[in-house]
Amino acid sequence: MVLNLEKKIERLTLFLRLDGELDMHTASTLRQAIDSEIDKRGIRTVILNLQGVQFVDSSGLGVILGRYKKLLPLGGKLKITNVPPHIYKIMELSGLPKIINFYLDEAHAYEEGRGA
Amino acid sequence: MKSNQITLTFSSIPENVSIARLLIASVGGQLDLSLNDIEELKVAISEAVSNAIIHGYQSNPSRIVYLNLVIAADNLKITVKDEGCGISDVAQAMQPAFSTDPERMGLGFVFMQSFMDELQVDSVLEVGTTVTMIKHLKPTPISSH
Repeated sequence: MVLNLEKKIERLTLFLRLDGELDMHTASTLRQAIDSEIDKRGIRTVILNLQGVQFVDSSGLGVILGRYKKLLPLGGKLKITNVPPHIYKIMELSGLPKIINFYLDEAHAYEEGRGA
Repeated sequence: MKSNQITLTFSSIPENVSIARLLIASVGGQLDLSLNDIEELKVAISEAVSNAIIHGYQSNPSRIVYLNLVIAADNLKITVKDEGCGISDVAQAMQPAFSTDPERMGLGFVFMQSFMDELQVDSVLEVGTTVTMIKHLKPTPISSH
């Protein structure tokens, strides 16, 4: 099982749609995909669409939290959308929703903070 | 469900974490567990195997992780063993948010504890770590067939 990433960039916002399992094996794929956009293109907002995520464990959550921590001092934001219920349960247990903002879908996440 | 026993030994590489999950999902399916229970078992086994690879073996791919499943009438026992560096302070390692790596959340043991009915961690420095997790099974009603 792998993790597929569908990438889209609009202005300085990176949209990433995740499809597959997010564990210690696939976490590095996600880390590299996001970090390279932050470092090379100056991306400051990352919107993660988790609709297609079938599994997540603490390694996967750690990478998401790590990207949030990387963006914070740069004045950036990490937003999460379309979380399936069984994935949200794990995230809730980790306390992640207290730190990172969750949205219904990408449009809501994109609008927020843009004054639209 | 008849009593059953399965042992799997595998290289300590990240690719094998999903193999361990596939195995527990199949066993959970045979035991007629709910999808929610199977999801929780998958997370617990994923955490234990990831710990063995990352912490026990410091991601050395040439080491071996030992996974053993014992299915009895009233419980499912999962044992994940490594012969790695061991944990100097098990009680501290099991605290939420304790992690030796800033990229990780230190939630591995929290998830194992939350999703399993019993959790035991035995570790000896330079000898290795054995994580034993038990899930109690509801007694299945006697079939009328």
